[in-house]
Amino acid sequence: MSEDKDKPKSNAGAVHKAAMNPRQQKARRRFLRSVGLAVGMAGISLMGFVPVLQSHQSRMRLRPPGALGEHEFLASCIKCGQCVQVCPVEAIKLSDFLDGFGSGTPYLDARTQACDFSCDGLQCVLACPTGSLTHEMSYPAQTRMGFARLDKPKLCLARKGLGFEGKVRTPEFDGLFRYTEIDRWNPIPVRDRDFDLEICDLCVRHCPIEIRRQQCAEGNPPSGDPNQCPPLPAISLEPLPSGDGKMRMTPVIHKGCVGCGACEMVCPTEPASIVIDIDKTADMV
Amino acid sequence: MNLLFESFAQLIGRAPRKPTKEEIKPAAQKIHFYKRGEKLDREEARALHAAHKSNKWRNRRWVTLIAINLLFVVSYKLDIQLLEGALTASRFLGFHMADLNSSLQVTLAFKEILLNLVIGTVTILLLWLLLGGRTFCSWVCPYHLVAELAEKIHVKLVDSKIIKGYDFHRGVRTFLYILFALLALVTSYTVFEFFSPTGILSRALIYGPGLALVWVGALLLFEVFVSRRAWCRYVCPIGMTYGLVGLFSPMRLVYDLDGCQHEGECRKVCEVPHVLEPVIKGRATDRSVPIGADCTRCGLCIDTCPTGSLRFEVKGLSKLL
Repeated sequence: MSEDKDKPKSNAGAVHKAAMNPRQQKARRRFLRSVGLAVGMAGISLMGFVPVLQSHQSRMRLRPPGALGEHEFLASCIKCGQCVQVCPVEAIKLSDFLDGFGSGTPYLDARTQACDFSCDGLQCVLACPTGSLTHEMSYPAQTRMGFARLDKPKLCLARKGLGFEGKVRTPEFDGLFRYTEIDRWNPIPVRDRDFDLEICDLCVRHCPIEIRRQQCAEGNPPSGDPNQCPPLPAISLEPLPSGDGKMRMTPVIHKGCVGCGACEMVCPTEPASIVIDIDKTADMV
Repeated sequence: MNLLFESFAQLIGRAPRKPTKEEIKPAAQKIHFYKRGEKLDREEARALHAAHKSNKWRNRRWVTLIAINLLFVVSYKLDIQLLEGALTASRFLGFHMADLNSSLQVTLAFKEILLNLVIGTVTILLLWLLLGGRTFCSWVCPYHLVAELAEKIHVKLVDSKIIKGYDFHRGVRTFLYILFALLALVTSYTVFEFFSPTGILSRALIYGPGLALVWVGALLLFEVFVSRRAWCRYVCPIGMTYGLVGLFSPMRLVYDLDGCQHEGECRKVCEVPHVLEPVIKGRATDRSVPIGADCTRCGLCIDTCPTGSLRFEVKGLSKLL
């Protein structure tokens, strides 16, 4: 520092410290303190690295439709939550401090509330100010959030040849879904609906891709827009060969699956028989 | 130009410089000369300050700050789509707005120019260019408000000698500013946004509280027990960014030398007292001196001053009128 320059050179070394007057000592302490503050703040900010470097499945997040690859997504998300605000089923949450550099970024917990594309027009994508949710897509079938997988085949009701009667999940469950045939515009709690199915096909009948495919087959594409029609099937129930003569079926996931998580949300088994793999998309299978 | 340079030098952390005699205009020199003989009567000054006591600007500012932050909350909770998003980026009646520092972090991390972000950034840049730059800090930032309350406790504790306050070199902020920019560029993560109390508080208000508030609490404890206004003074790159904008802003505070009694109360309430260096006896270079860009335009000094020696000014406006 400038004070040191004024000192005669011969005075340097061992005498230096002893020769410091109180004012110099004070300045020295302040300097060290300031270095400490700078290093401390930089150190705390870098602690955000810890969670993002642990990239195993349990730490991964199901991102909203249109999300870029995880690394680009974290680079470009400005953490404003505009996507949260526009979602009609309130599926999007913001992650917390323990997500490190990912804190403040949007994610979904499919089992609690999946994306059911009830906005049709990908509102979250339209709301995103940075293109973190890429503006290059306009239709549900174009999104790649994850990919469904039959995780617990032994629990699956259809595979046991069982039907389903009553309400999806528990009477307290407040997950939302838009049933076009009940209310075209407003999603309702899934618990408001009673089912009586000979063989459980809740995952297939709640698949937004399959719903759209059916509407299109009937000549009623959503919003009258044929572009809304998904080109590929996402999930179907296929017969399962069994020796006992009982009709058994199994859900089969196809290349049209976008990983929205609707099947995981409505699966009546506990835990869900069908789940979303976050690190996989239709493009990889 | 000289003032601009001095303002910039102070913003990046240099201590205010004592002006040389040549730098002081003759009119100011004359006043300094006459004031040299005057001695401040402490009792009289105290009485003057007691009689003056005003919270006009502080109240206006708090109302504005709370109103803006509540507008975000109400807009979401009532779904009236007036001001959507959070302080990092938002839409006001559909128009994009983006915090300058958040945009900088995203652009450096993502390395792509994003059109919506450019629109939002330019809008906000123009807005704060008109309104004074760091005006954002004291009139909008929610951390500023809680830090003001922490500051009150800190000052009380120091005054009653329960604790000792520590200061730091303001160059730390410049160092961290460059570091956070480089970290965003190198790591491709918006590193600063991870622990920005402004973003955390804004999101907590709108989307509900979370663990991140523990970090904000820790910062406040540091400011209460260790160093007054440490985050805003020595760390926050948002303040630095808006400070740079404020360099070129017509909206600023001005100090009038004539009536000032140099009792120095304004510097005691100031968040960034180095900007008020011209109020020290013999330091003002002119009869009126604009206050530097690091000033947050909070107006506490104006509220404190019994002689009206500090005021808001919009440069060029008085000439126009």
